[in-house]
Amino acid sequence: MPPLPESAPSAAPAIPAVCPVCAEPLDAEDRFCGHCGHDVSAPAPAGRAPGTPVGAQRAGEPSAAAAASAGDGTPGDGTPGHAAGDGDPDAFRLAPPGATAAAPPGTSGAAADDPGQEAAANADGGADTGGSGDTLVLGAPSRLADPREEEPAAAATAESGPVCVACGVGGVDDDGYCEHCGHAQPRQRDHQEKELEGVAAVSDRGLRHHRNEDAFAIAAASLPDGSPAVSAVVCDGVSTAYRPDDASAAAAVAGSESLLGALERGANAKEAMHGALMAAFEAVTALADEEPPTDGRVHHNAPACTCVSAVVTGPVFTVGWIGDSRAYWIPDDRSRPPARLTEDDSWAARMVAAGLMSEAEAYADARAHAITGWLGADAVEVDPHVAAFQPDEPGVIVVCTDGLWNYAESATDMADAVPADARSRPLASARALLGLALDGGGHDNVTVAVLPFPAAVSRAGFPSA
Amino acid sequence: MPKFSKSNVPQFSVDVYQNEYLPEGGREVNAIVTVTATGGGTSGGRPLDGGTPAPDAGVVVMVDCSGSMDYPPTKMRNARDATAAAIDTLRDGVAFAVVAGTHQAREVYPADGGLATADPATRAQAKQSLRKLTAGGGTAIGTWLKLADRLLAGHDVAIRHGILLTDGRNEHEKPEDLRAALAACAGRFTCDARGVGTDWEVKELTGIASALLGSVDIVADPEGLAADFQSMMENAMGKEVADVALRLWTPQGAEIAFVKQVAPTVADLSARRTESGPRAGDYPTGSWGDESRDYHVCVRVPAAGVGQEMLAARLSLMLPQPGGAPEALAQGLVRAVWTDDMAASTRISPQVAHYTGQAELAQVIQQGLEARKAGDLDSATAKLGRAVQLASASGNEDTAKLLAKVVDVVDAASGTVRLKARVADADEMTLETRSTKTVRVKK
Repeated sequence: MPPLPESAPSAAPAIPAVCPVCAEPLDAEDRFCGHCGHDVSAPAPAGRAPGTPVGAQRAGEPSAAAAASAGDGTPGDGTPGHAAGDGDPDAFRLAPPGATAAAPPGTSGAAADDPGQEAAANADGGADTGGSGDTLVLGAPSRLADPREEEPAAAATAESGPVCVACGVGGVDDDGYCEHCGHAQPRQRDHQEKELEGVAAVSDRGLRHHRNEDAFAIAAASLPDGSPAVSAVVCDGVSTAYRPDDASAAAAVAGSESLLGALERGANAKEAMHGALMAAFEAVTALADEEPPTDGRVHHNAPACTCVSAVVTGPVFTVGWIGDSRAYWIPDDRSRPPARLTEDDSWAARMVAAGLMSEAEAYADARAHAITGWLGADAVEVDPHVAAFQPDEPGVIVVCTDGLWNYAESATDMADAVPADARSRPLASARALLGLALDGGGHDNVTVAVLPFPAAVSRAGFPSA
Repeated sequence: MPKFSKSNVPQFSVDVYQNEYLPEGGREVNAIVTVTATGGGTSGGRPLDGGTPAPDAGVVVMVDCSGSMDYPPTKMRNARDATAAAIDTLRDGVAFAVVAGTHQAREVYPADGGLATADPATRAQAKQSLRKLTAGGGTAIGTWLKLADRLLAGHDVAIRHGILLTDGRNEHEKPEDLRAALAACAGRFTCDARGVGTDWEVKELTGIASALLGSVDIVADPEGLAADFQSMMENAMGKEVADVALRLWTPQGAEIAFVKQVAPTVADLSARRTESGPRAGDYPTGSWGDESRDYHVCVRVPAAGVGQEMLAARLSLMLPQPGGAPEALAQGLVRAVWTDDMAASTRISPQVAHYTGQAELAQVIQQGLEARKAGDLDSATAKLGRAVQLASASGNEDTAKLLAKVVDVVDAASGTVRLKARVADADEMTLETRSTKTVRVKK
């Protein structure tokens, strides 16, 4: 983590004259904006709007870590204080979005509701998972921690605009690139986290891809009988298709809304799941009808993505999927067998199912990950797989893209990777699993949702969603 | 439809074609940038309605009147007719003048040290005064250009253009005098150059046209002059904005390999950069009407790790504003994304491949003709063979036809050719002059 003694001086609290969020005049004694409630007492870097993300405390992490990382960022001071930044060419990649990185449509609901939470969680990630290696020290580059502070700052004066996270010298232009070194600034989707009561998810760009084409949506609703339903939808955009990031975002949102909407109306979980996958399919298909790209390229592949969902309803949970994103059942009692709940729509899975190759042979083949089922206008056939389970013990459902399961393919490997307290701390567990993938090389985008079973709602001391 | 806005500035759009994916350690980023100007006041041949504001332009026609123009005498007559046709093409309100060029420059019309304003009366007077044009004397093109510059400078017009006709070499002034004149005139007006007959020097006229951001062509048969002058003048009348610069921003540590115009003709702009801000430079593009041009930009950026993305270049079209900072008319982004996906990083943008071929085509034609003149027939055969191959593969039929007048094509696909034993001077000069003409990517 950032060495606090170095970064602390520049993080000295200074109350700005006006609220960086709503421009309300402030008094020197004010700790919160009287108009919008923004926390103005947080450490303020020189020349930039202040604000420890409000979510820092909420997430229950040491706020000092977030403050230290968010506070330091005076242009020209290089990167001292940024532990992860030192000597790490990828250090800038996980910082939260630059001023102009618009939230993509369909970004998870909580991130949209409270960007600070997501950013703060990001900043805290380092503290929380420091044990899993350097790769997860996400906090350090998050000088731009809170997206809310970007726009007022940029609007105020050019000099006080965001500073490039790669070189620390140049400002950021309207297109999201550094005006000095040209490096793309982190986008909101590069790293996203969300936690609701009873479910949490994390999505990350990984270390080798230039953007995050995964998406997730987690949500909770009440069944007609008043019992809770908690769901997680995870989608992986197909890179070889056009607009994979839009496809996954559209599918996740449409799938999640359809699923819970149907359950609220009293639909059977399996039917609701089937309907959700079809709704996701339609959302992705609709993208293909939108205006063609103007970049002069011929796009042979319509937007496409995979989708896997899990929903906990009372004593059962239901899993539905198309493609090669997976769900695993990890019982709390690790002496009990964990299980993979999904069968990939992939070349390797088909080879194994047809008895033509052993699993080891099939997955070693270059074609292993070619998917045979997906959501998109050019899908050959849409055959949603739905399965319901009724475990007689508590545990968690891990819903993830291949960016994670490539590093823990078997159910036992996945069970070993899932922290023992996963059911009580789903967000921390999701982060730990992300850490596993990044430590393994982060070759793909990584998205993982951790869904406790039975539905863990109304836990004491936890804010309701 | 009435036009409410006084400005005729066309809408500019910029499209970037590139493969942004680079392999690990890759540095070179190539992009084809298509700049299209539309919706200006260009009539496109339609009669102009009364509501159109008078064109804000000045044109000077420079006619070679050296002694050689009398051999054969039809040359001078055709030059007079061509100039008359050009004057007829002038729109009402355009400021114009006619200069007779010999070893010195002389104002023919209006001959009062300035420009006349086109209307039926002045056009008739100008044509009348063309009768006074007689051949006699030498050729010093630098003096003609300097006079044209003086005449145009006296008028506050947005578009300043020259049309230059010559039939011989620039023999009566030192090459450095011409170079100095070009340096003085560059950026002050644009100029199209035409060579009539076959006694002029291709490199000389190409140099003038490229320095003054105009076109160059051969009019081998003087009979064709009038039509050519008319089309040149129509083209000049179509220009709506002048002094548009292509501004190229590149990130810290990047090197610009080259900036070339690649359509409609190849013109290397790399050396014409003027610094315009931190890490930014301007390249002149002259004046624009309703038209589209393509540029090939090649930038070497510092390598970054797989998964990273960088802005390799930002291209903006800058229009100078009177007494203020230039206005950006449009911009495009050239990106670099490092990937370990070989399929992505090894793909070559069809536009980049096409124009790389077109630029090579122009180069091998020039080298081939050079070698042929020097008597190095093996090299000439190899270069012109390659040219035939490139022209055929890219569908550049005009150039292929011109090549076929210089070489016998055995097999176009493989570039197998034989040099023709006898080649008309006009054919060789036409090929050399038009070697830079390109075609666009086949759709």
